[in-house]
Amino acid sequence: MKILVFIKQVPDTINVRIDPKTGNLDRTGLKGVINPFDNNALEAALKIKEETGAAITVVSMGPPQTEESLRIALAMGCDEAVILCAKELGGADTLATGYTLASAVKKIGDYDLLLFGRHAVDADTGQCGPIVAEFLNLPQITFATSIKVEENHVICERDFDDYIQKVKVKLPAVVTVCAEINEPRYPSPLGIMKAMKKPLITWTHEDMGCDTERIGKNGSPSIVREIFEPEHTQKDTIMFSGETDEIAKSIVDLLEQQHLI
Amino acid sequence: MDKSLYKGIWIFAEQKEGILNGTPLELLAKAIELKKINGDEITALLLGNHVEPLADTLISYGADQVIVIDHPVLKEYKTIPYTEATVKMIKKYKPSIFLFGATTIGRDLAPRIMARLGTGLTADCLDLKLEKDGTLVQTKPSYGGNIMCTITIPDHRPQMSTVRPKVFTAIHAEPGRTGKIVLENIDVTEDESTQVLSVSPKETNGEPIDKAEIIVAGGRGIKAKEELALLEELAKLIGGRVAVSRPLVDEKWMTHEDQIGQSGNTVKARFILNIGISGAVQYIVGMQNSDCIVTINKNPTADIFHISSYGAVADYSELLPAIITEIKKRK
Amino acid sequence: MLFDFTQEQLMIRDMVRDFTAKEVEPRDKWMDENGFDHELHKKLCDAGLMGVHLPEQYGGADGDAITSAIVIHELAKGSASTALFVDAHWLAADIILYHGTEKQKSKYLPMAAAGKIFAFGLTESSAGSDAAGIKSQAVKDGDTWVLNGGKAWITNSGVADVYIILAKTQPELGNKGISAFIVEEGTEGLKIGKKEDKMGMRGTCTTELSFDNIRLPASAMVGAENSGFKIAMMALDGARISVGAIAAGLAEHAMTIAKHYANERTTFGKPIAKHQGIMFKFADMAAHIEATTLMTYNVARMKAEGKRHTLEAAMAKLFGSEMCTKTCMECIQVLGGYGYSKEYHVERLARDAKLLEIGEGTSEILRMLIGATILAK
Repeated sequence: MKILVFIKQVPDTINVRIDPKTGNLDRTGLKGVINPFDNNALEAALKIKEETGAAITVVSMGPPQTEESLRIALAMGCDEAVILCAKELGGADTLATGYTLASAVKKIGDYDLLLFGRHAVDADTGQCGPIVAEFLNLPQITFATSIKVEENHVICERDFDDYIQKVKVKLPAVVTVCAEINEPRYPSPLGIMKAMKKPLITWTHEDMGCDTERIGKNGSPSIVREIFEPEHTQKDTIMFSGETDEIAKSIVDLLEQQHLI
Repeated sequence: MDKSLYKGIWIFAEQKEGILNGTPLELLAKAIELKKINGDEITALLLGNHVEPLADTLISYGADQVIVIDHPVLKEYKTIPYTEATVKMIKKYKPSIFLFGATTIGRDLAPRIMARLGTGLTADCLDLKLEKDGTLVQTKPSYGGNIMCTITIPDHRPQMSTVRPKVFTAIHAEPGRTGKIVLENIDVTEDESTQVLSVSPKETNGEPIDKAEIIVAGGRGIKAKEELALLEELAKLIGGRVAVSRPLVDEKWMTHEDQIGQSGNTVKARFILNIGISGAVQYIVGMQNSDCIVTINKNPTADIFHISSYGAVADYSELLPAIITEIKKRK
Repeated sequence: MLFDFTQEQLMIRDMVRDFTAKEVEPRDKWMDENGFDHELHKKLCDAGLMGVHLPEQYGGADGDAITSAIVIHELAKGSASTALFVDAHWLAADIILYHGTEKQKSKYLPMAAAGKIFAFGLTESSAGSDAAGIKSQAVKDGDTWVLNGGKAWITNSGVADVYIILAKTQPELGNKGISAFIVEEGTEGLKIGKKEDKMGMRGTCTTELSFDNIRLPASAMVGAENSGFKIAMMALDGARISVGAIAAGLAEHAMTIAKHYANERTTFGKPIAKHQGIMFKFADMAAHIEATTLMTYNVARMKAEGKRHTLEAAMAKLFGSEMCTKTCMECIQVLGGYGYSKEYHVERLARDAKLLEIGEGTSEILRMLIGATILAK
């Protein structure tokens, strides 16, 4: 069985700020880590590998430093890694990204299960999994909270807002996973030592035979006009003060006013 | 692409078992605002089986037109048949704008449609504005809500968005309002690759949190799991329920369904009392639209006071028992 | 740094740092109040951290002495107890690694790598610094050794699966008549005694042991007969590198808490970090931590290169442990009243620190060793 896991490198903190001078994201001191939900996807793949002996290829589209994250995925236990990296691939929205990832899948050729995290914590879209599924004409299971492979099917529980749905889908298929699905493992020191020797290949858009009109900025219907920090609406907060009993009385007065008691 | 061929503000009328989700009504409210800019007609797309009766409700909440595809294959939501039906309608009617609720279904369906059409989709929008030339300006959070982006889709149609639930408020319905109902009789192919094995409601302790009107919320400042009992007691006395911020879900004191925040649930409570919560952005985006926000925190510089109507700098382990005693005295 | 870590070492460092922040540090206070954390032990095993320096053929990660120092250093930044637990485990396992027969290595090292807990038993209730004064004795009876006596202050005792016990096999030869034995938990005659109620490092389990006619096969002896003292002293060299690493990590942890406090607490109109008196404290702490860190990694490098490092390891422990206690106490002072409260962590770190001046070679013993060596050069 062949599993492809798609990961994205994101900043290690989402407490990011905008550089007031440039109006762009202030990237100083931002280390790259694997998107947390992608760690869940990797763990799901590794568990299936432990049970079925599947081969795992981890794929990521990004700038050269994405290699660090791919090495960590290899250290966790993936067999090989592919980085999709070229200047022309940059500036992509989700449509162009999905097209690029699907092109990589077509080049890889054989696959049974494509795993994604439910969304990336920087862009917060969750679109790439379904877009890749559409381009490859595969069924999709989003928001999976459990996954089991049975012969040529995958059975997942899915987290709908107020109910759980259990589905059985024929492979090959795309699955996006939620954090509840598992507890990702840490890359062990032995895994880290071995990771250095595992294959990490670079593909450009040319290697994948991509249509240059569909990659990067060219292939992005969406554009970002502006980024800004949200304003906290400064209310005039009425503060209660005094001894504990006095504050308690003021708060209970408020509860009465609000018809809560 | 000739953008002038694309007109109309469409919303996806999500329903389950003949009951409308809350999001179509919220989207209609926003669509009414957008319509004021260029007069585009508002259409609700309703897919399902035996769902035609819902059309009148959609019209009473603002839809000028409801397109209904009633087909047994659409009885239960499945990505591929719903994509097929929706794309057929989009190709036939050419809307300029298509809005979905950012529900599980919305976030599953919209990107598939968007990829099939090769257009743009902005996820989890918190605001939408329409410019005179028909450009939809979409505002969405990223980096967990720390950064806001405005996004447009200049040269592709339809301009698609998924909108975070409970951000817009449905208007008061106008029963008896008239509108057009179109029954589209199309073929929809069953999806043989996907089989729904079971559907089970989530075990909720009481009412689902996003419907809660009165909430007592605890955060990292709560020192021990046992202390949640204080919050439970107070919640009971004021007819509300307890909720938590993310750290307490990570500690496994409560579950994700009790969680308020970016990665949890969005609430719009009538009254919410924050205890031991500092007010990280990821929490605030989940409750900032609540009416009366009261905060108790030991730290006077906690960010949460900025969005609170009332506050007290105090230790909850002393103040809560005092509040509870005072309430009991007055009963 | 005097040298660069390899890419693998950097990745391991980052992984242990991440693991410590998420899994270890949040549990340190609980361990102080409740003792050894079996759940955390399991996590350490699952993360592959119990056998980092053991050869891959035995299930380890083939890390060198620098890599092991990195692991201990990073763990100590979250929990000194956890770092000490791993240090003591490695100290015992190393005796088999460096002196065991192939049979002993094949049997025991995979156990150590997988996370079965090892403990090193030299100290007795009346023989600590004077190791030659131990009274535990192993007497030959045919092909078997019969072990009697006991141990005290053994880190990991009470939770260990395997003990390395030093006992007199030829008492008349003093420290030249000591041998090392492998004694597995559950062996008849091995009794776990009183658990110590320690000042700090309460996340490690420390008990007395008693040996009541334990019968051991000849194959239980590690290394040559009567070479036990030398074996033990060699093992302690490696352990002292760990202590230097723990001292550096623990002091840094305390300083980080104090730094955070100093930047927020205001007195006389400004954060106390802006007062020179406080600034000077941090200058001294930072310089000493830097010195300890460099010394420790330097000794680790020497060990990795196969060089003799007894003197340097002793210096790293002596300097590091004393600086760590002073730093932790100073951090309590910076926090003032809050430093004196259990809620603010630094008092626990100070209680943890003190052991580093005592265990695995007291500062007094180290001063004898270092002084004598220097003066003889």
